[in-house]
Amino acid sequence: MPKTSKVVETATRLTVRKTYKLYIGGKFPRSESGRTFVADGDNVALASRKDARDAVLAARAAQPKWAGATAYNRGQVLYRVAEMLEARRAEFTALGVPADEVDAAVDRWVWYAGWSDKIAQVAGGANPVAGPFFNISAPEPTGVVAVVAPASLLGLVSVIAPAIVTGNTTVVLTAGPQVAITLAEVLATSDVPGGVVNLLTGRYAETAPWLASHDDVNALDLTGVDHPDLAAELERAAAGTLKRVIRPRTSPDFTADPGLRPMTALLETKTVWHPKGY
Amino acid sequence: MTVTVSAGLSDLRSFLHGLPGVDKVGVEARAAALATRSIKTSAKAHAIDLAIRMVDLTTLEGADTPGKVRALCAKARRPDPADSSCPPVAAICVYPAMVPVAAAALAGSGVHLASVATAFPSGQAPLEVKLADTRDAVAAGADEIDMVISRGAFLAGEYSRVFDEIVAVKEACGGAHLKVILETGELGTYDNVRRASWLAMLAGADFIKTSTGKVAVNATLPITLVMLEAVRDFRERHGRVIGVKPAGGIKTTKDAVKYLVLINETVGDDWLTPDRFRFGASSLLNDLLMQRTKLTTGHYAGPDYFTLD
Amino acid sequence: MFEYAPAPESRSVVDIASSYGLFIDGSFDGGKDGDVFKTINPATEEVLAEVATAGPEDVDRAVAAARRAFGSWSALPGAERAKYLFRIARIIQERSRELAVLESLDNGKPIRDSRDVDLPLVAAHFFYYAGWADKLAYAGFGPDPRPLGVAAQVIPWNFPLLMLAWKVAPALATGNTVVLKPAETTPLSALFFADVCRQAELPPGVVNIVTGAGDTGAYLVAHPDVDKVAFTGSTEVGREIARTVSGTGKRLTLELGGKAANIVFDDAPIDQAVEGIVNGIFFNQGHVCCAGSRLLVQESLFEPLIDSLKRRMATLRVGDPLDKNTDIGAINSAAQLARIRELSEIGASEGAERWSPECPLPDRGFWFAPTIFTGVTQAHRIAREEIFGPVLSVLTFRTPDEAVAKANNTPYGLSAGVWTEKGSRILAVADRLRAGVVWANTFNKFDPASPFGGYKESGYGREGGRHGLEAYLA
Repeated sequence: MPKTSKVVETATRLTVRKTYKLYIGGKFPRSESGRTFVADGDNVALASRKDARDAVLAARAAQPKWAGATAYNRGQVLYRVAEMLEARRAEFTALGVPADEVDAAVDRWVWYAGWSDKIAQVAGGANPVAGPFFNISAPEPTGVVAVVAPASLLGLVSVIAPAIVTGNTTVVLTAGPQVAITLAEVLATSDVPGGVVNLLTGRYAETAPWLASHDDVNALDLTGVDHPDLAAELERAAAGTLKRVIRPRTSPDFTADPGLRPMTALLETKTVWHPKGY
Repeated sequence: MTVTVSAGLSDLRSFLHGLPGVDKVGVEARAAALATRSIKTSAKAHAIDLAIRMVDLTTLEGADTPGKVRALCAKARRPDPADSSCPPVAAICVYPAMVPVAAAALAGSGVHLASVATAFPSGQAPLEVKLADTRDAVAAGADEIDMVISRGAFLAGEYSRVFDEIVAVKEACGGAHLKVILETGELGTYDNVRRASWLAMLAGADFIKTSTGKVAVNATLPITLVMLEAVRDFRERHGRVIGVKPAGGIKTTKDAVKYLVLINETVGDDWLTPDRFRFGASSLLNDLLMQRTKLTTGHYAGPDYFTLD
Repeated sequence: MFEYAPAPESRSVVDIASSYGLFIDGSFDGGKDGDVFKTINPATEEVLAEVATAGPEDVDRAVAAARRAFGSWSALPGAERAKYLFRIARIIQERSRELAVLESLDNGKPIRDSRDVDLPLVAAHFFYYAGWADKLAYAGFGPDPRPLGVAAQVIPWNFPLLMLAWKVAPALATGNTVVLKPAETTPLSALFFADVCRQAELPPGVVNIVTGAGDTGAYLVAHPDVDKVAFTGSTEVGREIARTVSGTGKRLTLELGGKAANIVFDDAPIDQAVEGIVNGIFFNQGHVCCAGSRLLVQESLFEPLIDSLKRRMATLRVGDPLDKNTDIGAINSAAQLARIRELSEIGASEGAERWSPECPLPDRGFWFAPTIFTGVTQAHRIAREEIFGPVLSVLTFRTPDEAVAKANNTPYGLSAGVWTEKGSRILAVADRLRAGVVWANTFNKFDPASPFGGYKESGYGREGGRHGLEAYLA
C-alpha cells in the first residue's frame, strides 16, 4: 500500500481564490461585456452600460415590494445586515479595512435599522389646516436611486443604508471592488431581497453617465464623485428627468452623525386631505 | 324577490350597491386567523376524507385527449387503488368536447360529471353560442355545468345583462346543476365579490364558484369567506341553500383543511357536504392521498406511491 | 359536524423551577424575610412555582442597585445601549415559544394569543426602542434629552410580558435604570425576562425584578430614591399612587382602567364589525383595559347586528389555554372571577337581558362564558363600571351626536371604536371622542410605533411611539 498521505500533508496548500463578479438582482453575474480589469491583483468584472441597464431593471422590479414591506420588516433586515457584517469582519480586515472602520460600518447599519419605523414620525405629521379637514403628511420613497459610491467600506454603507431603509432600491457604482463585492456577499446572506441593492464595479466616467441620464432612475447620489467636472456633467444629465441629486459640497466625514439629510433627500412627502363631518 | 330585482337595471344596481361593504383588512385578518386552526389526528382524518369527497377533479387544457380524460375518470372512481376505504371524488370537470368520453368512463360510478361551458374561460361570446355550448354539454351527459359570467359586463355595470345570461343558461341546463364562476380575480374588490355572489344567486345559481383557474389570482381564503357569508345571508333571506366552490391554487391538504375550517366557523354543518361545497382542483387529490396514507401508516409518503393524473 | 381534536402546544418547551428569588443587581436571591407566595395556573389551579415576596429591605436593595447602575448606564453612548436592547429583542424572538407557553400557563390566556400577539409585540417593542437609544436628539424633546434616574415600574397581570416591555424598553433606551414589580398572579415571565437580561449580558442593576403583592408595589412607588413611577393597573390603585407621589417631584405616568365605547353605525361593514366587537371584548378574556366593553349600536341596525353577533359568539371556543384552537382561555384568578360574576349578577338584577352561547366549561380552574347584556342603558352599573372580563353591554343610539355623547359619558377615556364605511364620519366622530386611542373599522390594534394611553381617569402619559420617550426624559 503506497504511503502518499505524508506527501500531501507536507506540501504547501494552494489557496482557492475568489472570483469578483457583479451583484445584480440578488445574483452574481459576470459583466455581459465579458470585460474585466485588474484591481489589487484580482481580475474584477468591468461593468458596461448594459449591466447598468440590467441593474436599473432589477432595482425597479424590486422597489414596490420593498417599499411595501412594513417599516418594522425593513428594520429587521437592516439589523440582520449588521449581524452578518459583524460575523464577516475578518474578511474586511483581510482586505485592509481598519478594524475600527468595520466596527463603525456595523454600527451604521444598526443606526439606520432603527430609523426604518421612526423617520416618518420625525419627518411627517399632522398639519393643523384651517378647515374641517384631516390633513397628514408622510414621507414616501422616491424610487430607484443611482449611487456613485465612495470607495471606503464606511462610505459605501453610509450611502446605501439611508437609501434602502427608506424603501428605495439602489444601483451602486463602486470604486473599491473587493470591499464592495464582499459587502454584496453580506447583503446576499442577510434577507435583503434581490434587486434592492445592486453593485457594479467599474469606471465611473464610463458607466455613471448612463445612470445619470436613465429615464427610469429617480435620484442620483454623487457622494463618491471626486472630479468636479464629472459631477457637474452628471448633474446636468440628471436634470433631464429632474432627478433628485445629492452632491455634498465638501467631502463628507463618514465618522460623524449622519443626521437626517441622507434619508430625507431620497424621500417624497405625500399630504392627504380628508373632510371631517357626520 | 328574484322577479322584482330583475325587473330593471336600477333596482338591481341599488340592491347590489346597498349590500353592506366588506372591509379588506378585516376580512383578510379573519381568514388568516381561521387559517391558524390546528387540525390533528382524528379531526384531520375526517377532514381528509371529506375533502376527497369534495374534489371536482379537473382537467381543462387544450391538450386534453380522450386518453387523458379516461385516466382521470379512473382516478376519480378509485383515487387510491391500494386502499378500498378511500372514497371517490365528487365529480370530474372537463371541457364540453370531452363530456362524451367522461360520461362513458364514469357510468354507474356515482361520480358527477361537470362541464365548463359558456365560452369558458373568457365568457366573451354571443349568448346564443353560450347557450348552445351549455345544451350540448348537458345532452352529452354532463349533470353539472360550470358557467362563467361576463366580467366585462359586470365591471361595466350592466348587471341586468349578467343576470339575464345566468337565467338563460340556467334554463338551458334543464336538470343539470349550475355553478356560476365569478372569476373573482378579475373583480378587483371584495365588495364586487359580494355583489357578484348575490347577483348569481338571485339569478338562479346552484353554486357560486371563484375562478376559472386561468387568471393570476384564483381562489383565496378571504374571497371564499366573503362568498360563504353571501350564501349564509342568502339562505337567511330566501331560504335556499347555495353551494360554494373555490377553484384554482388549492394544492395541499393543509390548504384544503383551512377551507373546511372556514366553512365550519362561518356557515357550519349544512355546507360540510359535497352537495354544498367543492374544491376545483387537480394536484390537490394526490396530496390528500399522501396525507391520508401518512395518518394510517405513521410515516411520510412519497409521490412515487400514488398514481399520476 | 367537524369537531376539532385537541391540539395542545407542548409544555416541555418551558422548564419552570419549583421556586424563584428576586432579581437584584444581576443575580437571583431569596427575599430577606424568606416569605414566599405561590403562583398558579388559573386553568387548572395547579401550583406552578413559589416566588419570593420582596419586603422593604429587598426593595431598598433593588433601588440601590438601580441607583448604582444608573451612572454608567446613562453615560454609555446611545449606540451601545441600543445594541443591548437589540440583543434583548433578538433573544426574545429566539425564546418566543418558550415564553409564550410560560405566559399562557401563568396567565391563562390562549396560546394562540401569547404566540401570535403578545410575544411578537414584546420583541417588536424592544426593537423599536432600541432604535431610539442613539436618536434621542431627533425625538423632538430638545437637543440634549437626559434620563430621569431610577424608574419604579408596577405592571398588571393581563399582559405580563408585554406590559414589562412597554415599561422597560423605553426606560432603558433613554438611559434610566429600573426596578419592576410584576403582578402577584403572573410573576413568572418577568423572572424569565431576568434570564434574558443575563443572556444579553446587560450590566447588573440596570434591570431589577422584585416580586410580591400590593404592599411591595406600594413600598416601591413610595421609595424616596426613585425618580420616576410608571404604573399600569386599576384606576383605584392609580389614584392612590398619584396621592403617594404628589409633592415628591417624582415623574408619574399612569395607564388605568377603561370602559370603551365601540360605536357601530348602520353603514358599517357588518361582518368585520362583528369580528371587531368579538375581538374588542373577548380578546384576552376581556382582561384588557382598552376592551370595547360598551357596544353602541345604531338602532336601525340593532336586530341584525345582535343576531350576527350571537351567531358568531356560538363559534367561540372556550377552554384549555394551551390548545392551539382555544379562543378564550381561563380567567386569571379566583378574585377576578368573583368580580366578573358579581357585576354580571348586578346587570341581570338591574333588568338587562343576559345571553351566553352554549358553552361547556372545564370543571377545574376559573372560567366564565362569553356574555352579552342587551337592553343596557347609561343608568346600568354594567355600562359604567369596568368589568375586566368577557362581558359586553349593548346600548343603542339614534344619531352621531347621541353616539358621541353616550361614548363620552364616563369618567374613563382610554379607547373607542367607530364602525362605518364613511370616512368623513369616522374622522368627525374621532375628533369628538374623549379617548386616547380611537380605532376605526378595527379594534385592539397595538404597535410599538403607536402611542397608547388615556384621557381623564384612564390615566396620563403615553406609552409607545415617539411620545412614549417623553415619560422617561428630563
